[in-house]
Amino acid sequence: MVANLLRLKLLLLRNSLKRSTAQLVGVILGGLYGLGILSLLVVGLVLLGSADVEFIRTVLVIGGSAAVLGWLVIPIAATGIDMTLDPARFVTFAIPMRQLLAGLVLGGLVGIPGVVTLIASLAQVLTWIRYPAAALTALVCGLVAVLLCVVASRLVTTAVSSMTGSRRFKDVNGIIAFIPLIFLGPTIGGVTAGFQNSPGFASSLADVLAWTPLGALWAAPADVAAGEAGLAVARFLIGVATLALFLVLWSRSLSHALVTPPYNAVTKRAGGNLGFLGRFPATPAGAVTARALTYWFRDPRYSASLVIIPFVAVLLFFSGGASGGAFAFLGPITAFLMAWSISADISYDNTAFSLHVSTGVSGRDDRSGRAAALLVFALPITLVFTLVPLVVAGRIGDAPAMLGLSLGLLLTGAGLSSVVSARYTYNVPLPGESAFKTPPGTNFTMFAVQFIGWLVMLLLALPEIVLAIAYLVTGNMLFGWLALLVGVALGAILLVVGIRMGGRWYDRRAPELLLAVSANR
Amino acid sequence: MPLPSDENNPEARAGSAALSIRGLAKRFGEKIAVNGVTLEVPQGSFYGLVGPNGAGKTTTLSMATGLLRPDFGQALVHGVDVWARPLEAKKLMGILPDGVRLFDRLTGEQLVTYAGLLRGMDRETVAERTGDLLRAFDLTNDAGTLVVDYSAGMTKKIALASALIHAPKLLVLDEPFESVDPVSAANIRDILANYVQSGGSVIVSSHVMDLVQRMCDHVAVIAAGTVLAAGTVDEVRGDATLEDRFVELVGGRNTSDGLSWLRTS
Repeated sequence: MVANLLRLKLLLLRNSLKRSTAQLVGVILGGLYGLGILSLLVVGLVLLGSADVEFIRTVLVIGGSAAVLGWLVIPIAATGIDMTLDPARFVTFAIPMRQLLAGLVLGGLVGIPGVVTLIASLAQVLTWIRYPAAALTALVCGLVAVLLCVVASRLVTTAVSSMTGSRRFKDVNGIIAFIPLIFLGPTIGGVTAGFQNSPGFASSLADVLAWTPLGALWAAPADVAAGEAGLAVARFLIGVATLALFLVLWSRSLSHALVTPPYNAVTKRAGGNLGFLGRFPATPAGAVTARALTYWFRDPRYSASLVIIPFVAVLLFFSGGASGGAFAFLGPITAFLMAWSISADISYDNTAFSLHVSTGVSGRDDRSGRAAALLVFALPITLVFTLVPLVVAGRIGDAPAMLGLSLGLLLTGAGLSSVVSARYTYNVPLPGESAFKTPPGTNFTMFAVQFIGWLVMLLLALPEIVLAIAYLVTGNMLFGWLALLVGVALGAILLVVGIRMGGRWYDRRAPELLLAVSANR
Repeated sequence: MPLPSDENNPEARAGSAALSIRGLAKRFGEKIAVNGVTLEVPQGSFYGLVGPNGAGKTTTLSMATGLLRPDFGQALVHGVDVWARPLEAKKLMGILPDGVRLFDRLTGEQLVTYAGLLRGMDRETVAERTGDLLRAFDLTNDAGTLVVDYSAGMTKKIALASALIHAPKLLVLDEPFESVDPVSAANIRDILANYVQSGGSVIVSSHVMDLVQRMCDHVAVIAAGTVLAAGTVDEVRGDATLEDRFVELVGGRNTSDGLSWLRTS
């Protein structure tokens, strides 16, 4: 049975890769990248062995604790990140609990995170090679720690799986889960700063972690190396006890989950509220705008990017300070990102796009409707995000140049996205899925389109970029006003051209687009 | 209920084909999904398209409605070539595709309204017809619920409502009764029967032979991408029931004892 579950997981992995070559290329590239990181990690761990015991201990305890924490937290943040062995799918099979547990643990190890963690924990044995007793302890503790990682993540997955049945939970979670991720960078930055400012910080952090379930198992080999066998045993027991506790909790919540299918409570609501559809012009383009705008607010895949926008501002503010640095370019940066965000619009529609095909919406109506929905909120945000940093920094004189740059990027980008989304589709999270979930095997085409698209966008906006730079260098107001003029005029022209070109493309290829998005389901 | 208005269209002659499928063929990779299907759906007929799973029903209907580009062949709706003049042809058709998503983050009412507005209809007409359709499909109480929270049957009904909003002259319905409860199915049958009586034409695909025999006046049996028989229901079934005739045409019945261990005694 255990072997069956394992084989199932491998089969699912293989079959998901067989569906498209582009996906396979993506996986291979991703795999090579992961392999590079992994070899760096292994080499680093081996080299670490020549350092003194105290230093090794600090690094291993902090790194190991981070790994356990990651396994624990990531499933909460990304519901459905790996639900291939979702307990709910085993409800109808009478699998003995013990075997199901074992199978799910091993299944959890199959996949890139599992393999990386396992190899890293083995490499950690090599770190201790100068102390044979410690190396042996590291081997045992490392394996227990890997088990702890998998069991912890399974426990969390199972515990939330009853909640994830509700659409509302999924929606809300899909949006707020982004927030800690955004602050991951600054947090790491803060911790790094802590390390640099006080040399003792790291080792005292490690001291604390070594007594928690997160770090205990990683600290035990160091105790052995330092000759403190008693401490090592105590730490090992902490780790094993945690593992045992998690196993019990997991098996309880699993047996609970197996008999309580997810239930989605829905309240009936009578009609009468057309929302945006009642407020925009009653034309095909107006309807597309209203529908797209509804999705920006109601579909977590879209609203996640809306929620991020204010955080981008906060992030840039703290990273570079109010006066200079990245915060000054908040407007252009958000404009750039927002404009590109509709480049996968049809991929996000998935097969719901068939309504546009069957009703015979013209390409121009479809394109302009979607672009208009973006501009409805992107335009005010861009204006505010461009002007506020200038006011804060007391450099309101820069306004024309910066506005030219921001608006130019926004309009140009919206035009370019209108062309791109009529031509290219790629695998995106399906409707109803978490915005986090990348379909198995990140698509290579997507990276290529993204990268080339960004280059083209910068190229198209080059005139206003050059003028804005000229203004910033010379301080000559003429360049600033010219940047504004060129940005708005050229951007508007490119937007119209993009909508027309994308529209023509759409008219010719709408059935092909529908076929392409049908492949991803 | 919106009904097709024949008197406004002098071109519509009794007896001419509402939908004429001529030699449609489609290949996916190595697999030939549809191998030269030719069908005539007479105006004012209630046409059933039956076939086993994977026979090519959905592929044929997708190609006939402009959703999937055929490799060969032609489809004409009231004489308008679907692939040469798609916009005109799509105005004449109401389409219920099978196995596609809906814009399910809209409420039921918003979705039907959206379909109407996409067709370029004016706001008042859309609002009036949306109300009528929701009532006819017994969805008034759920009009403000998001479609994503609908049951499978309700989802089917709201999709059907979206296909009817512009009062098409031809309805192409792929598995319209799947997971619809019996009462709603009876209501839908009445609506469709009225529609056909007023001069509209319907083509439905279905697995349920009984339903097709009772409801349709014409039928085509399709298997492995080829039409095996087509004509009026009485022509096709002869003396037998449609189901027996279907099984006879398509084959594949297991006559052996089968699962001998599947017994309780």
